[in-house]
This record gives sequence, C-alpha cells and structure tokens, in this order.
Amino acid sequence: MEKHVVVIFPHPDDEAFGASGSIAQFREEGVPVTYLCGTLGQMGRNMGSPTFANRESLPEIRKKELKRACETLDMELKMLGYRDKTIEFEDKQEVADHLRGYLEEIKPSLVITHYPGYAVHPDHNALGAAAIQAVEDMKPEDRPKIWAQAFSNGHEEDLGSPDVINNVHDTFDKKLQTILSHDSQVAGMFGWYKQLDELEEEMKNELIENQAMERFYLWDFEKNSSN
Amino acid sequence: MKPIELEKVQKALDSYLNKEVYVHLETTNGAYANHLDANAYTVGAYIRNAKVTYKQAKIIGDGNSYRVGLKMELGWIYAEGLTDWTIYQENQLLLAGHDREGRLMVALEVSETPFKQ
Repeated sequence: MEKHVVVIFPHPDDEAFGASGSIAQFREEGVPVTYLCGTLGQMGRNMGSPTFANRESLPEIRKKELKRACETLDMELKMLGYRDKTIEFEDKQEVADHLRGYLEEIKPSLVITHYPGYAVHPDHNALGAAAIQAVEDMKPEDRPKIWAQAFSNGHEEDLGSPDVINNVHDTFDKKLQTILSHDSQVAGMFGWYKQLDELEEEMKNELIENQAMERFYLWDFEKNSSN
Repeated sequence: MKPIELEKVQKALDSYLNKEVYVHLETTNGAYANHLDANAYTVGAYIRNAKVTYKQAKIIGDGNSYRVGLKMELGWIYAEGLTDWTIYQENQLLLAGHDREGRLMVALEVSETPFKQ
C-alpha cells in the first residue's frame, strides 16, 4: 500500500481526466493524496457551454471548480501559482526546487505526473520534467516512485505499453463527478459526460470505456538519467 | 458576455482615447489543435498588460463578427472575429470572439488599470 501519493499536474481538470479514478481508489484504501496544481488554467479557451466565463473571470471560476473537484476526491490541494502556458519559460531548476520543497515535507511514496515530451501540452511536458527533476535531485533512498502519464499520438511506439493500467470502473462515479466539477471545461467532446444517462447504451459505454482505464509509465531513473 | 452592440462598444473604446491604458490581446485555436487533427496547426499568441495610448479607435462589422483597430502614435492594435463584449469590474472593456461551441478564439481587452497577472 502507498504511504502518501502526490499528484503534480499543471491545470485544474488534468487530475480529473488523467487520474481521478486512481486517486479515488487510493482514497478508498485510506492513502492520503495531495494535488500540487501548477496553474489556474487562466488561458483556457473553454468558457462554459453555454458560455458563462470570460478571460478575466475564468481563473476564479476554475479555482472554485478545482476546490470542488478536490473535495469530491477528498484530496488535499496545494496551488503552485504559475500562469497557464508559461511553465516551460520558467527556470526549470527553480520549479524543480519548488516542487522538491513539497516532496521533502510530504515524503510521498508515489508521485503521479505527466511524461515529459509525450503529454501534448507544453505545460504538461514542462511541469512533468520539473517534477522528475525534483525527484532525481533527492537522495536515491528518499525518492518516491513516479507514474508518468503519456498520451501524445503514437507514444506507445516510443515508450511501449504502459507499466500501470488501472481499471477504474469501480470508482467511475467519483471520476465522473470530478470531471463534472470542472463545469467551465466540460464542453465539446467532453460535453457528453454531462448527459451520460440520457445517451444510448452503446455511446454511453464507449464514453465510459474512454475514461475507465488510467495508464501510467513507471519512471526508470537509470534508463532516463539526464545526468 | 453578450453579443456586440456596436454603438456601445464604440463609446467604450472612445472613453480610453489619449489615456495610458493596459491591453490584453490574444488569439488561440487551442493547445490540442494538432493533437486532435494532424492536419491542423497549433497556433496562438497573447500579450498581457501592454501599456499603450491610442488616439483613434473604430469597431466595424456585419452584425455577427467585428473588427477593431486602435491607432497609436507608432502603430496599430488589431483584432478580427470579435463577437461578444462586456464591461468587467466597471472599468475593463472585454471583447472576445467565440466559436459555435463557445470557445474563445480571439480576445481584445482594454483597461485603465493592469489586468490581474
């Protein structure tokens, strides 16, 4: 059993789509989970559907949604205060040191973050890289395991199959509730999750299956050593 | 926000004439554009809290989509595809263009005080 899990993603809702089923499973086992959320998603283009946010009101709205999501998952929240889209332009070591401060205090046994280079959004890649740097900077015996999430097109060709494939059917209700907490962001293709119960069985099942497996790569410090 | 009302927006733009103002200008098609469609390009740009002064302002459009041009001493600020507007927190003029799903594609905002970082 894990001792404490720390989730490091840049945007409110990354945790919902990427890992909330697994987080709910950890919480059911009684494992504490802390979310280090990098930004408030200030530059998101989804403004609700129908639109209810604007560029200036979005950060506060997303902060409330994030808090609600964390309450749903019974997960501790720490907001890191970076600005959406800018993490890759920050000093990587400074961000890594910032993260390491939390890790040294919390002493998690597992860190969940994005797989640098394979996570599509520049913020995902940059914060994932800083998180891994933070763990690498720790003494080997103090390092938590890292589950890195990749979802760029064709990532399996480079990385092979994920090491951890979590079936989260049992916590799917929590996952759905977490996704729907991010009301301003649940639009477009994700808008269907708002009306899951009204959909035909086949489509409903497809949407559930799309979110029912959470995949991670166990970070190999030796193989990926940047030093 | 609400659909652009040309005369009201023109009046709001004129209220900042010859004043030192802060501008937020942005366009985006989303960080996932190329991820979701290999033929699409991920493109975006924003500038936040550019401190400028403009001496002439005009909004022009066909009732659905509008363009705004702000003429400065040494150049121009331009935005196309604007559909909605609001006055936010009393002194910030927000203009934005949304697609049919309500996603922001372009934004032009003017304020006498800096926008929150």
